[in-house]
Amino acid sequence: MLNKLSLIESLDGLRSKKFTSEQLVQACLDQIQKFNPKLNAFLAINEKALDEAKKADVSKSLGGIPIAVKDNFLTIGLPTTASSKVLEGYMPQYESTVTTKLKEAGAIIIGKTNMDAWAHGSSTETSDFGATLNPWDTGHLPGGSSGGSAAAVAADMCIAAIGSETAGSIRQPAAWCGVTGFKPTYGRVSRYGVIAMASSTDSPGPLAKSVGDCAIITQVIAGHDPYDATSSPSSVPNLAPSTKHLTPLRIGLAKEYLVGQSRPAVLEAAKQFEKLGAKVEEVSLLHPKYSIGVYTIIQRSEVSSNLARYDGIRYGQDRSFFGDEAKRRIMLGTYALSSGYYDQYYTKAQKVRTLIIKDFDQAFKKFDLIIGPTSPGPALKVGASIDSPMFGELEDMLLEPSSIAGLTSISVPCGFVDGLPIGLQITGPQFAESLVLQAAHSYQQATTWHVRKPQLS
Amino acid sequence: MSWQTVLGFEVHIELGTNTKMFCACPADHFGKAPNTQVCPVCLGLPGALPVPNATAIEWCIKLGLSLGCEVNLFSKFDRKNYFYPDLPKGYQISQYDIPFCKDGQLLGHKITRVHLEEDTGKLQHQASETLIDFNRSGVPLVEVVTEADFADSTDSDRFLKELQQIVRTLGISTADMEKGSMRLEANISIRHPGDPLPNYKIEVKNVNSFRFIKKAIDFEVARQTQIRQAGQIPVQETRGFKEASGETVSQRVKEEANDYRYFPEPDIPPLEFTKEQIEIWRRELPELPAQVRQELISKYQLSPHYAVIISADPNMLAEFMKNPVKPTADALVNKRPVQTTAFIPVDKKIVEKILVANPRAVEDLKAGKQQALFFLIGQIKKQVGNVDVTLTQKLINEIL
Repeated sequence: MLNKLSLIESLDGLRSKKFTSEQLVQACLDQIQKFNPKLNAFLAINEKALDEAKKADVSKSLGGIPIAVKDNFLTIGLPTTASSKVLEGYMPQYESTVTTKLKEAGAIIIGKTNMDAWAHGSSTETSDFGATLNPWDTGHLPGGSSGGSAAAVAADMCIAAIGSETAGSIRQPAAWCGVTGFKPTYGRVSRYGVIAMASSTDSPGPLAKSVGDCAIITQVIAGHDPYDATSSPSSVPNLAPSTKHLTPLRIGLAKEYLVGQSRPAVLEAAKQFEKLGAKVEEVSLLHPKYSIGVYTIIQRSEVSSNLARYDGIRYGQDRSFFGDEAKRRIMLGTYALSSGYYDQYYTKAQKVRTLIIKDFDQAFKKFDLIIGPTSPGPALKVGASIDSPMFGELEDMLLEPSSIAGLTSISVPCGFVDGLPIGLQITGPQFAESLVLQAAHSYQQATTWHVRKPQLS
Repeated sequence: MSWQTVLGFEVHIELGTNTKMFCACPADHFGKAPNTQVCPVCLGLPGALPVPNATAIEWCIKLGLSLGCEVNLFSKFDRKNYFYPDLPKGYQISQYDIPFCKDGQLLGHKITRVHLEEDTGKLQHQASETLIDFNRSGVPLVEVVTEADFADSTDSDRFLKELQQIVRTLGISTADMEKGSMRLEANISIRHPGDPLPNYKIEVKNVNSFRFIKKAIDFEVARQTQIRQAGQIPVQETRGFKEASGETVSQRVKEEANDYRYFPEPDIPPLEFTKEQIEIWRRELPELPAQVRQELISKYQLSPHYAVIISADPNMLAEFMKNPVKPTADALVNKRPVQTTAFIPVDKKIVEKILVANPRAVEDLKAGKQQALFFLIGQIKKQVGNVDVTLTQKLINEIL
């Protein structure tokens, strides 16, 4: 059962020649073959994965590791659709920066994972190619939009996966599927070759089996990219968390975020941090409702412009193939940007965005990190997103503030409710990746939530 | 009651940078095989991102400085959203409320703004289909917008030629109108002096020479005068120019104002400049045509007429500077190949000779036949070259 290994365990095994990359890839392919028909986590499988495994250079930082990639990253040789019928069968002419870096580090792209179409959603139920189901309970949703990646990791169909987050799309499915999902600072990881959702908040990042695994992948994919003008020129420090004790951190427990069924597990996690030597205090932040408003306006506006290129002239399917969710977002965004409404919506939203950023700045003067639940509760039932146009905003309400402020944040498993996993988010200031990863790693050193696995049948 | 022309311009200038505005493709697209200078960025492929060309920004600002503009130290790019097959992203990256440069002036005319944007692809219409060439997509394009403060087409002709010369002096573009590297758009309407701006505007575009834009303006003013004399208001529209007939023709009627839904381009962070940087660029500016002319007049005692001719041609200017005295200028100007823009002075003696040689035409002219006058001027032109018709006519009248 090599596919159950974490990234760190896999690298150890490959380097000490306990097994080969071919065996590792084969184990993942077997698992995919067995469970993908049921879970629908993958949209495409790399037919050459085994050939690539034969040639793998295991001395590289991700040498020989099978990694699943969300279907909004352009990959040469693998169809890239962003789970939309508009792009059905689209074969990219170039490679995204993230997958280029993964390949250069020796990783093997094992396949492309399902997502909400165009990343519009938090359920993976809006995929034009069918919903992905939650490996913990197939009657439940995996979250989204990186739901395919989260489910693939949870079901051990890959060693780790790549997702992207605009506002919660890595952390929320990670929480619902019981895996670790890391959102680096906006600008830390290049967006080049990622089908744009909301350009001003899109952030690629890993979903994996532990914090340490996320750190290794982030180290590979982060850094300045001359092809992305919004990527940060600052150098990336060593992100590998150490085993040493956490330095006494000041942690703020976000008061307004303590809602729903996640609350008890998060309060437990806060106690755990105190045991680890941190000083935990409640902190009052702007109510998440403001972020929902701001995010909805800015994201819809950018979406309406970003999707304009799929005009039926170049990409196979015409605009009638857009699903209802994409159509709703295009219409709302077009409306918000229209003359006469622009100031009332877009300009106002940008002003509130500035206030939210200031609110966090204020909080980070007093605290090193802020923690809270990733999502108000565990995975909702299949069908929950249907007829709920604001489903994503409500499920991601605790994640949108940090996204629109461009912060770095991680979701780690911190408990269960009714047999379904719950996530804890740990958020730091911009470019505080090391600190966030270190704190999350210390938490995982002291807990076992992240090593639990679903019973697949 | 008399009519007054309300005339302003939007001038697009393609920059001659090595690479395009937001990618590394070559910017020189003229005469290249279709779609050979393209990449994910200028094709607007999914996931591709624009990275601004620093040289293009510098050149845009230098043009602004040459036009006496104020530079916005904080600026940004915006998206102008509209659908057209030559626009692969469904939006053009342009500048909306904070252009790089604003509030300049040239030859007494106000420059509203100078901003930077990207060019679109080119459509090629064939019998039953339309082909798209994206070689031009993403080429840096500077837009100079003037106030509507031109009295007539002579006024604007002087201005546009001066602008072209400045661009060429800066070396930022060939500003070649036939190749489309300089494109003129005139906004024309008429009103009674003292009235507020009229509530309609005719846009004349796709005119590829100074001569034709002048003709187009003259035609348009006459056409609009006729319509308004009749108590009507011209239809707001975009018109093109027919070279053969010298007429403007309707191209597209604008029924309602386009809503471009501008918003800040999220793929490009806002740009900030320091005053020091702007001053460095200002100091790097070459001597501009007006300065050169002034120098030729004050330092070398040339006539304004000669100064204009010599300063307009870099080769001639270089030649003159080797030996900057009046006889050099005389030699240069007289040897100068015939151009439609400058006239060769006509000698009274030559006119007399032509008149003597054509007694019948002289008789006809005396009898009031205007055609005879044109015949005589034609004869003089044959002998001398491109002469000023009005002046020649005056000379003939004097002699007779």
